[in-house]
Amino acid sequence: MSKQPGILKVLHAVADIQQDPAEDESLFADGTLDSFTLPDLVTGLEQEFSVKIPDSDLVPERFDTRHKIEQYLDTLVK
Amino acid sequence: MSSAAYLRAFGSYVPEHLVDNAALAARTGRTPEVIEKSTGIVARRYAAPDQSVADLGLAAAQDCLTRAGLDASAVGLILFASGSSERCFPGPAATLAAKLGLAATPAIDLPIASAGSLIGMALAADLVARYGNVLVVAAEIMSRRITDTDPDTAILFGDGAGACLISRDAGPVPAIARIAGLALYTDGNFAESLTLPHGGTLAMRGLEVIMQAARKVPRAIADLLAKNNVAAEDVQVFLMHQANRNLLAKIAKELKVPEDRFFSNIASFGNTSSASLLIAASQWSDSASVTGPVVFAAFGAGLQWGALLAVPVAS
Repeated sequence: MSKQPGILKVLHAVADIQQDPAEDESLFADGTLDSFTLPDLVTGLEQEFSVKIPDSDLVPERFDTRHKIEQYLDTLVK
Repeated sequence: MSSAAYLRAFGSYVPEHLVDNAALAARTGRTPEVIEKSTGIVARRYAAPDQSVADLGLAAAQDCLTRAGLDASAVGLILFASGSSERCFPGPAATLAAKLGLAATPAIDLPIASAGSLIGMALAADLVARYGNVLVVAAEIMSRRITDTDPDTAILFGDGAGACLISRDAGPVPAIARIAGLALYTDGNFAESLTLPHGGTLAMRGLEVIMQAARKVPRAIADLLAKNNVAAEDVQVFLMHQANRNLLAKIAKELKVPEDRFFSNIASFGNTSSASLLIAASQWSDSASVTGPVVFAAFGAGLQWGALLAVPVAS
């Protein structure tokens, strides 16, 4: 089951975006995520998907696109 | 902690030369508005060309000793934190001791940026039993360690120094507070996130650093408070390393306390690395006294972070 609806829900909650970014669009390059919204995104994903993201996984590259976020969440959510 | 430790006095010094966001705009390509919005910083101070890290530390140390009503000869140990000192060795601790007229008092360098003053305070709390009065000094000249080719970093930093006297005894000048608990942490898995190579300039993976800080700092504070049976909402003030105003807001939100409970002077001085915590503490204590639990916390290169809890002397 796709996690994209949940990811988009969190993105809209933490960032001021008008349109849904494409799945492979960099969320950093387009300004959707920055140093202030990224920590909120992590917290939001943890709550939305009932997962715990360990400190060791807190690297920006995992959260660069919606696709990468889903790929990462798939390693946590079985 | 092995015995009682008291915060006797704070001190601070910032150089006269003020660099506002407009002055940085031409150098970095960031508008003053963008700089302020993204960092909370309006201005910072830069050291004069003839000032050294030890010079800045001396001014803060003298301010601290004056407030404590203590002559330098009564200091049993100096701990000097700096991530931006001029050379590998000797560090500024020995120079500071000499400038204070001390020729045999141990003076030890802590080559630690950002969290250096907190680590110095924590070590001092455990060392006062042996050394009596421990003078913790943190001074940085970050303006010489940044490059305009990395504007995201260049806009953040300023120069300054802070100091703190921690003693085994609470007097004769009444102490500010008693140290009730502390916790220090290191996670070297992210050592490359924030580095300053010999002869180089500061390199920071900002997103990585803030992701770690936003997670680790609130957890350290919450754990320390829980261990000491103090509720976050009962903390009188949070005195933090002044890294970024938005980070302070995130930590406040995570701890579910009002943001105004976090003292902030980053607008005036920028991020002065290890000095910022003690400059903030010194400024705060100029206009307030400790009537409830006070939390000190810092985070920085290493990664190093931690928290320290102080309470009113009588409690």
